[in-house]
Amino acid sequence: MSVESAASAFQVHASDNVATLLAEAAASVPLQIVGPAPNSTLATREKIELGHKVALTAIPEGAPIVKFGIVIGIAMRPIARGEWVHLHNCRSQLDERSGHFDVHTGEPGDNAYA
Amino acid sequence: MPEPAANQAIARSSGRIADRAWTGYLRPDGRKGIRNHLLVVYTVECASFVAQEIARDEPDTHVIGFPGCYDNDYAIRVMLALATHPNIGGVLAVGLGCEYTQPHRIAEAVRASGRPAESFFIQEHGGTRTSVAYGKELLASLRARAAEGAVKVPMTWADLTIGAECGGSDGTSGLAGNPVVGRAFDRLVDLGGSAIFEEVVEMIGLRDLMISRAVSPQAAQQLGATYDKMLSYCKAVRQYSVAPGNFAGGLTTIEEKSMGAFAKGGSRRIQGVIRVSERPPHPGLWILDSVPDEHFMQFGYTNPNDTEGIMDLIAAGAQIVLFITGRGSVIGSAVAPLIKVTGNTRTYRNMTEDMDFNAGRVLSGELTMDEAAAELMDLIADVASGQPSKPERLGHREFFLMYKHQDVPSLEAGCRA
Repeated sequence: MSVESAASAFQVHASDNVATLLAEAAASVPLQIVGPAPNSTLATREKIELGHKVALTAIPEGAPIVKFGIVIGIAMRPIARGEWVHLHNCRSQLDERSGHFDVHTGEPGDNAYA
Repeated sequence: MPEPAANQAIARSSGRIADRAWTGYLRPDGRKGIRNHLLVVYTVECASFVAQEIARDEPDTHVIGFPGCYDNDYAIRVMLALATHPNIGGVLAVGLGCEYTQPHRIAEAVRASGRPAESFFIQEHGGTRTSVAYGKELLASLRARAAEGAVKVPMTWADLTIGAECGGSDGTSGLAGNPVVGRAFDRLVDLGGSAIFEEVVEMIGLRDLMISRAVSPQAAQQLGATYDKMLSYCKAVRQYSVAPGNFAGGLTTIEEKSMGAFAKGGSRRIQGVIRVSERPPHPGLWILDSVPDEHFMQFGYTNPNDTEGIMDLIAAGAQIVLFITGRGSVIGSAVAPLIKVTGNTRTYRNMTEDMDFNAGRVLSGELTMDEAAAELMDLIADVASGQPSKPERLGHREFFLMYKHQDVPSLEAGCRA
């Protein structure tokens, strides 16, 4: 695997509908998708950080989010190609606290501290 | 696909790694250590300050212990496994005098393993300062006897047990940090060594994958039972092993984190499942189950922090543990050196004094996965040879132990026997 471009994302499995950013990408930049599928390019819809995920296709609400060839979560609302996929639009199939975390810091919002 | 020239370079480096050897310490039970540390063990929180003071300014002396006054079979098994670990040459057990756990019983078990050991109750030796002074005297005598008893022997990969744990995972961990460790595990297993990984709570959704890696029907049955217990436990306590730092690093769900975490297990067949304080019965790749068994008190959360998992691997006999952290961490470990691996180049740059290995070079295309694994194997051999890992150099020796219930051997294994 060789990745030179700063704006690139890695698709682990050919059936994945998300790819992982190998470096931070700004909004509306061409993002090179590398991995087992033929290399392609898509435009980011927003800024996405290193290690975070981008949607490779449009994903309808309730559809599975697939990475590593397995279902890692369910779309909480329709997700557009090029959109950041994270806590605000993807929830766990098991973890009841999923959906209660700050999308940027991951801080839990479901404890009272009082 | 690597070019033929690259294949030859990899083959050359494979041969060179296979030939690496170093000098270790042969223990009377036949196991070999890569360090000759002394260990102070406290048997209740009330004795922990005195234990820490005894070990202060004694660079070869580590401290472990159990905070509870009421005893716990699991905790005693863990302390004994660590006190008779191949990296340990002698042991001092220190109690207050009121607690259930008995220091003299720990010392007896250690002496039975062929190591020098001493014990005392603080209440029988005055207060803090007299107890610390007495403990330091005993330590000096133990050090002399441990040095006398130390038999230096050649060691190689087949003598090593290595653990792998991840903590502070991010989106790079499953792509670089864990796969590079997995590739190093493959090589260790091929060279006759033992490799152990744990965090069964981070194998959510991977039941079929785990079973497909089993070496035998018996191993498959163990893996299935371990998975089922884990899932019912996580559902019962409503704790999944995913934290705010994982989210900030791009991991969205426990399912996503699990697939990345499992990559540290490499690709070789899984020989079976061991439980905390048990050692692998033969070399190869093993999974360690640290999830509590069903018990009327449901003792303990599984995976309360990284240090507990690391100590579980060391209690299984690991002389070195590889710790993969995308977000970065500043821990080390008592008894055995921790080698810190990150798949995130930014983390490596931010925390260079703490990070031993930058697997992020695989993501930037600087190294192939195989080259990174070969470099990591070299680093492991260097640390086994006596070179301090970065946490060791900084003086880290974290330890954590709490109440837990596990049946050892497992009830199923007991039924089969």
